[in-house]
Order: sequence, then structure tokens, then C-alpha cells
Amino acid sequence: MIPELGHFALIVALVLALTQAILPLAGAQRGNLTLMAVARPAAQGQFVFVALAFGCLAYAFLSNDFSVENVARNSFSQLPEIYRFTATWGSHEGSMLLWVMILAFWTAAVSVFSRHLPDDMVARVIGVMGLVSAGFLAFILTTSSPFTRLVPAPMDGRDMNPLLQDWGMILHPPMLYMGYVGFAVAFAFAIAALSSGKLDAAWARWSRPWTTVAWAFLSLGIGLGSWWAYRELGWGGWWFWDPTENASFMPWLAGTALIHSLAVTEKRGAFKAWTVLLAIITFSLSLLGTFLVRSGVLSSVHAFATDPARGSFILGFLAVVIGGSLMLYAWRAPKMLTGGAFTWFSREAMLLANNVVLLAALGSVLLGTLYPLFMDAMGMGKISVGPPYFNAVFVPVMAPMLFLVGVGPLARWKEASLPDMFQRLKWALAVAVVTGFLLPLTLKGFNPWATLGFALAIWILLTVLLGFRDRLKHGARLGSLPRAFWGMQLAHLGLAWGVAGITVVANYEMERDVRMNVGEFTELAGYTFTFRGATERPGPNYRAARGTVEVSKDGRRIAVVHPEKRVYNASGMPMTEAAIHPSFFRDIYVALGEPLDDQGQAWAVRVFYKPFINWLWIGALLLVAGGFLAASDRRYRIALRKLAVPSGAVARGA
Amino acid sequence: MKSRHKKLVVILLALAGLAIVAALVLNAFRSNLVFFFSPTEVHAGKAPTDRAFRIGGLVEDGSLKREADGLSVRFVVTDTAKSIPVTYKGILPDLFKEGKGVVAEGRMGSDGLFTATQVLAKHDENYMPPEAAHALEQAAKAQETVVPQ
Repeated sequence: MIPELGHFALIVALVLALTQAILPLAGAQRGNLTLMAVARPAAQGQFVFVALAFGCLAYAFLSNDFSVENVARNSFSQLPEIYRFTATWGSHEGSMLLWVMILAFWTAAVSVFSRHLPDDMVARVIGVMGLVSAGFLAFILTTSSPFTRLVPAPMDGRDMNPLLQDWGMILHPPMLYMGYVGFAVAFAFAIAALSSGKLDAAWARWSRPWTTVAWAFLSLGIGLGSWWAYRELGWGGWWFWDPTENASFMPWLAGTALIHSLAVTEKRGAFKAWTVLLAIITFSLSLLGTFLVRSGVLSSVHAFATDPARGSFILGFLAVVIGGSLMLYAWRAPKMLTGGAFTWFSREAMLLANNVVLLAALGSVLLGTLYPLFMDAMGMGKISVGPPYFNAVFVPVMAPMLFLVGVGPLARWKEASLPDMFQRLKWALAVAVVTGFLLPLTLKGFNPWATLGFALAIWILLTVLLGFRDRLKHGARLGSLPRAFWGMQLAHLGLAWGVAGITVVANYEMERDVRMNVGEFTELAGYTFTFRGATERPGPNYRAARGTVEVSKDGRRIAVVHPEKRVYNASGMPMTEAAIHPSFFRDIYVALGEPLDDQGQAWAVRVFYKPFINWLWIGALLLVAGGFLAASDRRYRIALRKLAVPSGAVARGA
Repeated sequence: MKSRHKKLVVILLALAGLAIVAALVLNAFRSNLVFFFSPTEVHAGKAPTDRAFRIGGLVEDGSLKREADGLSVRFVVTDTAKSIPVTYKGILPDLFKEGKGVVAEGRMGSDGLFTATQVLAKHDENYMPPEAAHALEQAAKAQETVVPQ
């Protein structure tokens, strides 16, 4: 009964979504306040019903209702309870339901936190989001209902993919979707502004905190995905340039460009048309990512099923959304007034350069991701584009942007002076370059990539400090600096931190695959790894061979780690569970390969020394914290309440 | 006039920058494309000898052999029509199994032995790498067309 209730709730939600789309949009067009007033209750009602459907599915999973096909395929009676809950979104159907629920959540949030916005704007924004939601609900109901029953019901389920049974996977999908779907708000604001014709800076100010929050969630989601891959896939990498990773990275790059160009539009009124276009591009890339990952065109842990009906539905939806919004853009954008003028050396120009570089990086990732799919679809042979391409392109393209991160925030709006900037920055530049050369020498000899990475990280760090000094010199106290400024500084610092971590781990990590008998040892990076054998150990829904490896340094034992080789009961699928001994400056990472003799005495063992890898996650967390902090700046709330505040009065923020 | 000149210089610089980026991207792209060949295609001499490529198919039953060092393995990849011996040093992915689909990236030696630098994992047991499935399909098609003659 419960699954049928869930299905019914989805149908009601679809009707509400259509109501939420059609009536308010019509009302906004005709200036009919009654129709516009439908937006808020419809959006909140839609959220309630989608959440109800989600609750029904979660209940089916938690109560082991294997008569539901989705549960039977993706869960198992021995699966620990927490994973039975996360299995709710561990499948294609469930994850689409999560997508829609998060969209409904964002819409409901907009309906609550938009009291101060003009009625027609609210109606349009919620209406556009209703259209998107209706599309996805129709997709779920027609091609991917999670509530389909199985007759007869199987005795037990087939279990969740073992790779997904991990903490990272509990959090990664919801956070990632909060980001993906959050860009729908920015998109809806852009479309609302386009269709109303009111393309002033006010639009940018309303949209900005939402966009920043979505961006922060997406950053968190990507960071968690990377953390999961590092711990769970067993070969110690944290980024593989896998198409599914790229699918989430492309909206992130576009979103990063968007939050920066929104700053210019809000503060200076410039780049209006460009910002609107970026908002459309960012959300389109989110949809493209959903299509790539969910339609089964990519082979990965995310590709659950290859059902052509699903692929063509999403592709068609994608075409309608992107095509429609670009047409609207082409029609309305020429009417937009240009904003404040600026010279080629000003903060506006720097942010423009930031956007150009980010989009160039985006283009190169897009090319490497889509070209093989395109070739395949055309029947022109199968090819793959691997990490060497992305590394060769991405690093040189992003390096100038990291340099600009240092200069941009210190440059004046409208017109900055080059000699003055040089005066202010010459010491930072000199220190960054010199330490960039010296640091690799203290580590392991000269290495141009390490030099570049260190120099850029230190450059950003020093310019962040200079930014604080500038503010303090002009009479501000640390406590009185706006949160938007703190947020920017924190995010840039996180970037520097992450760059430093990537530089070290990419250039100085060490790896060894080795055959080990009980009692044998191997050395790596000054650490000695002694294999003490492997024993059988049963888990809740798997059996494991649990290895014991002693790690010592300079004759002193520092850790005993237990990497496991698991075989899952339901699927019979083997899986490597790496053991990690973390610390601030390095991770020791040990993974079991396979047993090499019949007695289980000798094993293939893989050991890694991963210096500074944790700096990457720390950097990502700072980036995320910076985003949330910036979005919580009071001026958005004040500005929202009193729309008449002249923009100059609040222009001191980031 | 002066500001117009400045603008022109900036635009030219930006264009030059974009041209450099485009050249960099396309060059890296061309030199890092990895093509896929089925064992049948490799036997027909279609695969390059001077650069890395991918092969795929099934791991032939009973073909997996360990070398004395314990870490090097040899196995045979087949598309049911033709097969290719492969050598690989390192730890095989969890889901590597005889009789199952596999994709390997590496170079072809003059002795006909494919030296893999990477053996690709699948993420799910029921899932066949699309390249491997493609190779099997091709081989099946080729055999069908041969039989009626």
C-alpha cells in the first residue's frame, strides 16, 4: 500500500508542478495578482507531496519490501540500516526522485525567502522552476517509477553495489544535487528577468546568494565524491577525469564563472547579458551532467541502466530547456542596457579574464568528455580521452587564472593603475617566485610543475593577506569587515591550500605494488611496511580477508593498519577496502590485491605514500565555508528589504 | 585615438591568447586520443605499432597465468574470433575474471604480445565494458557473414 501511496503522491506533485508553472507565469504576464499568488502555496504543496513520495520509498527500503522492484534490485536484508536508507537514492529511479525532491525543496525555499521581492518576479521564478520540476516528474512517472512492483516478490534483494556502501556515498549525492539543482534557482531568476524585461542590477542581487549557496553545495558534493573515490576505489587516486566526474565539474566551472560575473553585474551593472547567458549555461550543464550520468551513455558506477527511452526523454528535455532559454535570450538580450564603463585594467576586466579562462577550461573539458561519445554515436570508432589530455590542457589554462585570483580582488573597480598595483604587489610576487623555486629543492630536487604550483599557492596566500591589510589600513576593523569579504578571502585561501596539496601529492607521491609473504617487509618513502598475514573476518553482508600490516619509521612502529578484501554475499562481488593511516602532512595507504598462493600466505599488496593529500580536502572545505559565509552577508538581507538602497552604499563588499 | 589603440591591442592580445589556448588544447587532444581495436582488427593489422591503444573482449578461460615474481600476469583477450596474448605487471582490478569482459590499454610488441599499462575495472559485476561488448558484437557479425559462403 505504501509504495502505491508514493506513486499517487508523485502524480499529485506533477499536477501541482504544472499548476505552479502555468498559473503564476500567466498571471505575471497579465498582471493578475490572484494567479500570481498561486505560486507559493503550489510550490510548498509540491514539496510536501514529493517529500511524501520520497518518504514512501525510503520506508520500502527500510522495511525490506522486496516486492518493490527497485528495493529488490538495490537492497538486501543483511545490508546495515544506514545503507538501506541511502539505497533509496542508490539507484537510477531513486536518485531521480532525490533530484526532484531537492528541486522542490529549493523552490519551497525561494517561496519562503522571497517576501521582499516584487510579486511578478516571484511568480516568474517559481513558475520557471515548476516547469523544470514538471519535466522531471513526468520523466519519473513515464520511464523510471521507483514504485514498480515485482510479482512474485523475491525472497531477498540483490544488494547495493558494494562500492556505494561507504560514508562518502551517504553524503555525496544529496550534496551534489543540492548544487546541480540549486543552479536551477539562478536559471529561473535569469529566465524571469529575461521574460519580464527588467534586466537591472536588482536581479543580480537577488540571484547572487542563491547562486553562491548552490555553488558551495556543488563544491562540497564534488569534494565528497573525490574523497570517496580516493578511499573506496583502491588505487589511491582522487581525480580520474572520468566523464562522470567531468559531468559534475563542468557546471562547477561555469558556476564559478557565474558567481564572479554576478559580482560585476550587481556592483557595477556591467556584463548583464553575459551573466544571464552564464546562468543559462550553468544550469544547462547541470542538466547535461544529469543526462550523461543517468542515461547510461557513460559506463561507470553511476550508470545504472541503459534504457533508450530514458536517454531520449532527458535528451529531448535538454533540447527544450536549452533551446528555449537560448531563444528567449537571443530575443531579449539585445534590449539590455550596457552597464558602467571600465578600462582594460580594472577589477571588471580581471573578472572578465577570470570568466574567459574558466570557460576556456570548461570548453577543453567539454571537448574531451563529449568527443568520444560523439564519435561513438556517429559510428566513427571507439576512442577514449584519458587523464594525460586533461592534465596537459587544464594545468596551463588554469595557471593564469590562479595568478589573477591574486590580482583581481586588489584591483580597483572601473580603473586601476598598473604602476600602483605593481608597487603594492612586487614583494608578494618576489616572495612567491623565490619560494616556488626553493621549496621543491628542499623536497626532492627541482621540478618545474612543483615550482609553478607552490609559487601560485603562495602568491594567492600573500595577496589574501594583503587584501586584509588594505582593508585595515583604510580604517576597518577585522570584526566589521563584511561577511562577503571574509567569504571571498576564505574561499581564495582554500583554493591556495588545495593547490598546494595537489602540487605536493601530484609530484611527490610514491606507490609500490609488491608480493608479500607473512613476515616480509617493503620500504617506501622512509616507511617500512611489514605484512603480518591475513585472516578471515565476517562482516554484516560480506566476508573479508583482513590483512594486518605494520607501518614503522626509523625502527619505531607508528601504525598497524588492516586493509580488507571483501566478497559480498548477495552479489558475490569482490571489493578492495583500503586502509588509510591519515595525518596532516601525509596519508599512508595500503590496499590488498589478491592472494598469490593457495594457503593465503602470500598476497599482492599495494602501498602508497600520499604527502599533503589531506590539504586537498581542507582546501575544499575552506572553499565551501567561504561560499556559505559570503552568501550569508547581511547586505543581501538588507538590500532585499529595502530595494531602494543606492548601490554605492553597499559597494564595499566583495 | 589613443584609447582606441589601446582597445585594439587588448583585443589582439585576447585573440592571441585564445589562439594559443586552442592550439594547446587541440595538440594535446590529438596526441592523447586513445583508439580502440578489437582483437580481430589487431590481427588484420589495423592497430598502430608506434602508439598506445586499447583492446577489449573476454578474458579467455584458463588463460590467466602468474609469472614467478608474483605480480606479473599473462592472459589472453579474445573476441571469440581472434585472440591476443596480454602481459601486465601490477594488481588486477577487483572484477577481473576469466570469462568476463575486459579492456586493456597498452602497446603492441613486435612479438605479438600486448603489454598493458592499464587494465580497466568495471564497477558492477553484471556490467560489460561497452568496448568489450562492441568487440564481441563485431566478431559475431564477421562470423555470420563468413558462414554462408
